Amino acid sequence: MLSYILKRLALTIPVAFGVSIVCFMLVHIAPGDPLTSVLPPDASAQLQAEMRALYGFDRPLPVQYGLWVMKTLQGDLGVSIATGRPVASELGKALGNTLMLAVLATMIGFLFGSLFGFVAGYFRDSWIDRLASFVSIIGVSVPHYWLGMVLVIIFSVQLNWLPATGAGPGGSAEWAWDWVHIRHLILPAVTMSVIPMGIIARTVRALVAEILSQEFVSGLRAKGLLDFGVFRHVVKNAAPTALAVMGLQLGYLLGGSILIETVFSWPGTGFLLGQAIFQRDLPLLQGTILVLAMFFVALNLVVDIMQSMLDPRVQRA
Amino acid sequence: MHFTVRKIITAGLLAGSMLVAPAMAQEKVLRIGMTAADIPRTHGQPDQGFEGNRFTGIPMYDALTAWDLSSADKASVVIPGLATEWAVDANDKTKWVFKLRPGVKFHDGSALTADAIVWNVEKVLKRDAPHFDPSQVGVTVSRMPTLRSARKIDDLTVELTTSEPDSFLPINLTNLFIASPAHWNAKLAAVPASVTDPAERAKQAWVAFAAEPSGTGPFRGVRLQPRERFEMVANKGYWDPKRTPKIDRVVLLPLADANARTAALLSGQVDWVEAPAPDAMPRIRSGGFTIYSNPQPHVWPWQFSFAEGSPWLDKRVRHAANLCVNREELKTLLGGMMGIPKGSVSPDHPWWGNPSFDIKYDLATAKKLMTEAGHSAAKPLKVKVLTSASGSGQMQPVTMNEYLQQALKECFFDVELDVIEWNAVFTNWREGAKDPKARGANAINVTFATMDPFFAMVRFVSTKTFPPVSNNWGFFGNDEFDGLIAKARSTFDGKERDAALANLHKRIVEEAPFLWVAHDVGPRAMSAKVKGVVQPKSWFIDIAPMSID
Repeated sequence: MLSYILKRLALTIPVAFGVSIVCFMLVHIAPGDPLTSVLPPDASAQLQAEMRALYGFDRPLPVQYGLWVMKTLQGDLGVSIATGRPVASELGKALGNTLMLAVLATMIGFLFGSLFGFVAGYFRDSWIDRLASFVSIIGVSVPHYWLGMVLVIIFSVQLNWLPATGAGPGGSAEWAWDWVHIRHLILPAVTMSVIPMGIIARTVRALVAEILSQEFVSGLRAKGLLDFGVFRHVVKNAAPTALAVMGLQLGYLLGGSILIETVFSWPGTGFLLGQAIFQRDLPLLQGTILVLAMFFVALNLVVDIMQSMLDPRVQRA
Repeated sequence: MHFTVRKIITAGLLAGSMLVAPAMAQEKVLRIGMTAADIPRTHGQPDQGFEGNRFTGIPMYDALTAWDLSSADKASVVIPGLATEWAVDANDKTKWVFKLRPGVKFHDGSALTADAIVWNVEKVLKRDAPHFDPSQVGVTVSRMPTLRSARKIDDLTVELTTSEPDSFLPINLTNLFIASPAHWNAKLAAVPASVTDPAERAKQAWVAFAAEPSGTGPFRGVRLQPRERFEMVANKGYWDPKRTPKIDRVVLLPLADANARTAALLSGQVDWVEAPAPDAMPRIRSGGFTIYSNPQPHVWPWQFSFAEGSPWLDKRVRHAANLCVNREELKTLLGGMMGIPKGSVSPDHPWWGNPSFDIKYDLATAKKLMTEAGHSAAKPLKVKVLTSASGSGQMQPVTMNEYLQQALKECFFDVELDVIEWNAVFTNWREGAKDPKARGANAINVTFATMDPFFAMVRFVSTKTFPPVSNNWGFFGNDEFDGLIAKARSTFDGKERDAALANLHKRIVEEAPFLWVAHDVGPRAMSAKVKGVVQPKSWFIDIAPMSID
C-alpha cells in the first residue's frame, strides 16, 4: 500500500511541472494587455512601455517563467497587478469561501444524486426510474446560471425569503454559522449542486443496473437474502465508483463556478478567476489556475488512494 | 381603574419611546451596488475607470480642481477644489501657480499644505521618491500627460510645471486626488523592520493606506473587504458646508452582473444600483424605485478611416451617414436609455461652437448626398465596421450596430459588421486603420469619454496622435486642425480657452470624422428612501448632499 502511495506521489511531480507550464503559457498567449488593470486604455505608447518595464513584462517569456516558478516554489505566488495585494492571501480567502460552498453543494448533490441513482437503478424501467432519470437529466442539462437567476427571482425578489447576493450581511470576513449567514449560502449551494446531482445519479443508476445483472446478485438471492440485503451489497460494490465521481465533482466545484459566483456575488475562486481574466491580472490568473489545477491533481491522488483501499484490485492494476 | 389605565398608557408610551429612541438614533446607511467586479482602489488613484473616481475617488478625496456636480441641467464644468485660484506664469507658460484653500485637514487630522501637493505629484512622477507607486502611475499620468513636477512656494502656494504650454492642465488635475502624506508615513513606519527593501516597504505602506485611507473628502474610508465591500463614514468636519454629508455610512458592494444588481435592489439588499438590467426597468419602476439618467460626456460612435481608398474620404458620404440614422427610433429600441448627440459635446456645453452641420435624421438629404456621391440602391457603398459584442462603455453594441446596418441600407450603404473580441478591437484602436489587425475595416466602433479636451477631441484630429501614438485610428488631421489645437492649448484664460475649444469642436462636427450615434445616459435605480439626488451631466455623482430616510 505504501509503495503504491509513494509511486502515485512521485507521478504527481512531472504532472505539476506540466501544469505550471500550461498555466503560464495559457495566460500569456491569451489576447489582451497584462497591464489593463493599471493602465487606462488611452495611455500613451511611451507610458505603456515604461509600465511594462516597471512590472517586468518586457523580459523574455522563459525568464518570466523561471522567476515565477522559483518564487512559487518558495510559496510566493506574487502580487496582484490590479490590487497590489499578495495573490496567496487573495486566493486563500477565496478558496475558503468556495470550499464552504463546494462542500455543501457536493453533499446535497451526492445525497440526492445517490438516492435518485440507486432508486432508479434498482427499480429499472419502472415509473420511479423514469422520474428519477428525468430529474437527473434536468440537473445535467439546465444551465446553472439560469437556474440561479430563477431561484433568485422566486426566493429573493418575489418571496423575499433568502438574500440574492453576498456572503453575509457583513461580508465573508464576518462569516458565522448562524441562520443570518447560512441563508446566504442556500441559493448558491442548491444551484451549484444540481449538476453533480445529475451526474452522480446517472452514474450510479448505470452502475446499479450493471451490478444487478451480475451473477453474484443471483447467488445472493439464491442464498435467500432479502431485497434490503441485496441492495446493501449493490451499494457496497457501487461505492468506489460513486466516490470517485463525487471526488471529481468536488474538484470541479472547488474550482468555483465563475457564473454561479458572479450571479450570487459569492467571493470564491470562480469569482476571483473571472475578475482576473477580465482584468488580465496575470499573477492572479496564473496563481489561481495553478492552485486549482494542483487541487485537481491532489484530489485525483486522494481518490485513487481511497479507491485502492476500498478495492484492492485497483492497486494490482 | 383609571389609575391602572393611565399606568398602562404611560407604560405603553414609555415602551414606545424606548423602541423609537434607538430608531431615531439609528445610523443612516446608504448601500450601493456598483457595476465593478471589485472595489476600485482606495489609495487615492482609483482604477475601474470613472466608476472608480465616482465611488472611491470623489467621496473620499479632493483634487486641486473639481467637477461641478450640483446641477442636472447645466453642463458639468471645472470649479475650484483644494485650490481656490490658479494662474499660468505670464512669462513662462509652462508654470502654473495654485493657491490652496486654508484650514483644510485630512481625515487623520494633518493639515493640507503645499508639501502635500508636491508629495502627491511625486507619488506618480518622481521614480526615486520613497512613496513612488508604479501601480498609480498608469491611471494618473495618462490623464495629465504634460505635468512634470511640483514645487512649494509657501505653505499655501504651489507651482506646477508642464512639459509644454498646456491650458488643459486645470481640467486634467481633477484626476489627481490628494492623499495624506502624514498618514502614509505612519503606515510606512508600521511596516515590520524585517522588510528592508525600500520599494517593498513603500508597497506595503500603500496596501495599508488603501485599507484605511486618508484624504480630505466628505467621507472617510473605514473598512475594506476586497472584492466584497467597502465602507465609508461621514467626515462631519468637511471644509465645504454644502457638501457635509447627511448620510452616516456608505457601503459599496461590487455586483458585476446586471441581473444580480437588479435582484439585490428589488429584494432590498441595496438602496441604489448602477446600470440596472435594461429589461427590468418596468419592474423596477413598478416596485416604487426611481430611475435617474442624464446624458453623460460620452460618445458612442463609428470612427471613420481616412486611409487611402476609404469610402469615408468623401465628406458627402460622412454627412449622409450622420443624417441617415433615426436616433429617436434607436432610443426607443434601447428603452429610452440613450442621449441623442449633436456632436461630441452637447449644445449647452462651453465647447459646443454652433457647427453649421446639424446632426439629425434627414433621410431625403442623406439619399441626395449619396446619389451625388455616385451611389444608389443598385450600386451601394460597401463599408466595414470593426466592433465587439461587449465592452466598457459600449452600451449594447450588437443591437445598436445591427440597427445602424439596417438604417444605413436606406441610404445605399452596404454595411459589413466585423464583430471580434473587445480587447482585440481596443488594441487595434491604437494600431490604426492601416494595420493588418484592422482586418480591412474602414470604421471602428469604440466609445469614449469627453470630460477633457484631449480625450474628447484632440487625440482624434491631431496629426501628432496618429497611431501608434494615440487614438487617431483613422488618420484624420491636417494643418487647420493642428492649428486649432495649438491655439486652444496655448490660450490660458478659461473663457478664451473654451472659445478656442468650441472652434475646434465646430470644425470637427462640420468635417464629421465620426458617425455620432448616442450618448450614454448612465442609468441608475434608487430606492425612494434616497433623497436629494442630482444626476448631473457627468460620469460622476455627488453622494455628499444626499440623504436617506
